[in-house]
Amino acid sequence: MIALLLAIITALFFPGIIVRVKSIVSGRKGPGILQPWKNIFVLLRKGSVFSTTTSYIFQIAPVIYLATLICAIILLPFPGMPSGFRFGADFVLLAYLLAIGKFFFIIGAMDTGSSFEGMGANREALYSMLAEPAFFILFGTLALLTGHLSMQSIFEHFHFSGYNTLIAGMIAVYVLIQIAMIENSRMPVDDPKTHLELTMIHEVMILDHSGFDLALIQIGTNLKFALYGILIANILIPVSWSLPYRIGLFFGIQAAFAASIGLMESFRARKKMMKNPQFIVTLSSIALVGFILSLLMMYQLIR
Amino acid sequence: MKHEKFIELKGQPGIVKMNAIPILHYAGFCVLISELLREESNHCLNYFVVPLPGKYKFICCIGSDTKKSIFIFSHEQDKNETISLPSLTRMHFPFHIFEREIHEHYGFYFPDHPWLKPLRYNFNRHNRDKIMNNFPFYSIDGEELHEVDVGPIHAGIIEPGHFRFICNGEKVLHLEIQLGYQHRGVEDLFMKNESGLKNALLAETIAGDTAIGHSVCHVGLMEALGGLIISDTISLERTIALEMERIAIHIGDTAALCTDIAYQFGQVVNEALRTIVINTMQFWCGNRFGKGLIRTGGTHYPLTPPVAAEIRKNLKEIKERYQQITGRIFSMSSVLSRFEGTGKVTLRQSSLIGAVGMAARSSGLKRDIRWSHPSLAYGQLNYDPVVISRGDVWARAMMRTLEVEKSIEMVFHLLDLREGKSENRNPLYDFELEPDAFAISLIEGWRGEICHTAVTDEKGKIMHYKVKDPSLHNWMALALAMRGREISEFPLYNKSYNLSYCGNDL
Repeated sequence: MIALLLAIITALFFPGIIVRVKSIVSGRKGPGILQPWKNIFVLLRKGSVFSTTTSYIFQIAPVIYLATLICAIILLPFPGMPSGFRFGADFVLLAYLLAIGKFFFIIGAMDTGSSFEGMGANREALYSMLAEPAFFILFGTLALLTGHLSMQSIFEHFHFSGYNTLIAGMIAVYVLIQIAMIENSRMPVDDPKTHLELTMIHEVMILDHSGFDLALIQIGTNLKFALYGILIANILIPVSWSLPYRIGLFFGIQAAFAASIGLMESFRARKKMMKNPQFIVTLSSIALVGFILSLLMMYQLIR
Repeated sequence: MKHEKFIELKGQPGIVKMNAIPILHYAGFCVLISELLREESNHCLNYFVVPLPGKYKFICCIGSDTKKSIFIFSHEQDKNETISLPSLTRMHFPFHIFEREIHEHYGFYFPDHPWLKPLRYNFNRHNRDKIMNNFPFYSIDGEELHEVDVGPIHAGIIEPGHFRFICNGEKVLHLEIQLGYQHRGVEDLFMKNESGLKNALLAETIAGDTAIGHSVCHVGLMEALGGLIISDTISLERTIALEMERIAIHIGDTAALCTDIAYQFGQVVNEALRTIVINTMQFWCGNRFGKGLIRTGGTHYPLTPPVAAEIRKNLKEIKERYQQITGRIFSMSSVLSRFEGTGKVTLRQSSLIGAVGMAARSSGLKRDIRWSHPSLAYGQLNYDPVVISRGDVWARAMMRTLEVEKSIEMVFHLLDLREGKSENRNPLYDFELEPDAFAISLIEGWRGEICHTAVTDEKGKIMHYKVKDPSLHNWMALALAMRGREISEFPLYNKSYNLSYCGNDL
């Protein structure tokens, strides 16, 4: 359960750090670190407006989205600490909890009948679908290397102990960062700052949400970053360290993750929409390289 | 200089007597247009109808780049006669927009016009019952096709305009652009206004981003009609102001292009540079967009030595920093992958649709009023326009970079020419205009050729005023650039042209 607590603390600062880094890099002072959350609290106090063309699907989508994310975080372990809930191959549940949230999010967007939201839903569905294999191949690799199936035992037994795991760890961190960027609709796949509906992916799907519902979605988005941040931290943090050090390192990793997102988004242009699928499929192939390497190292492929 | 079929005007802003313009039969009129436009270097500057007592006068102005002159001729039609005429659009596509305007305004019907929709939907028009719903958009039947309508109200800070995409998935098959949502009746106001000052203020607001371009064009026209001769100093100052506007907007557009590809660094650096340019304008005339600077016969804000020193100092800094940032933009792979080969409009397409200005030059079509019909101080500069033949977004971005560099050099040169001369001449607003005359004025604004024409009645009052913004032609280029491309690229292509909505709607 400590993962949920840490996730909430991370989510509080994560978006603020990204915005702040981007502002400083572009020569501006930038808003305070907590400004994104202040905006969310303003939204929470507001009522929602629903279009007459929408049905109950549109109204329950944000709640389900946030609920699935919280459930998913409960599944996550913190290095050296038990997760809230664990069983064999629980990472499959993790992936599909996120998928359920996304599914409702997508049909909620389609429910509005707007051609923009339809386009955004279409893109989001395609990219999530393409990113899914990378996630599973990655966890397959980790499970193979450690010989365990539940996330808690996988991360407990996975540590940088030699060249074998170093390569797998590097691949895992890289793929997880990129999946986090895709799933959170950040650059280079999507541009969170754009105001142009035609180029949006995630943003266009929340165009019709307002007030309280919009706040739920934004909280969900922030938690999602924390979720991937915890996964990355699980790979990087050595279990042998004492708890205060582990927690310190955890926040260090999260801050570095947020800052690197801010930097990445400042100094590069977004990809062409057409090139996105290719880019995402590349992640699966990188994960696959890691998988085959592990097979070779474990003498599973050539005996 | 007189010809039996047309009158040839050398130099502009120019003025001719109304009765000196040859009148042709419609058939002869069409044949002459065809003959003149057969030459690649000729293009239609303006084509419009002037209502005279008892008759309509069609006036066509064709500009020749090689002869550096303007051919003017006309056709007259009795008001009670049949109002159905064969369309010129079938032979020369650029006429489609002029004929739509004539159709909307005077009710002439062109049966073989392919796209006879009104251009501006609002009050001063022939038939007010024809609302937008009476003119459906193009559509294609198909199971896998869908339509996306964008606008007229947009999420961003852009003006109203409707874009109708017919898409197959992410691919756009056709884009139809419908404007006219902010028609203000600018041309009518020019005729109604009694005071020259009011008209000067009005000219500044035709298109907010071309305040100097349109007002220089308008002021030139009024001076030609009034027979005012401006001094070299004033014309140098106007030229400097025009180039300053070009520099400011081009740098701003470079920033906007970076925004649309989400390249934050390029965006913020260029935005900061643009601010320096417009603040220099504020230092000069008290307005960042140069409003209040251009007035008939003189100016309230002469270019004093401190202003000249400020311009020199700021432009020197901008030149260096702009070179640095554009060097960086055009060497970044992630930027180039968005710019190169996207939104291509070929030379043939540009000349078919009669593209003007930057849009034409970035497709390899050399069309620049500063070169073909120079006025003000451009005559002594022998300006040679930048032409890039690639026609893609890269070409349009590069066009801005190169033009900014050229314009900065030009301003330095003009300031040298201006050195030592000083003149403080206040504007004149109320002067007699030549009666029964037709006048035309052309200026290369940053977007392209701006054409203002006016006709005066027997008392020397403006009877008809016509404004042509370069966007009128170039919107078609945007529609062509989108064909077969991805819908998500549209904002980038739109920005790469940066066309005016209100310049089109007037």
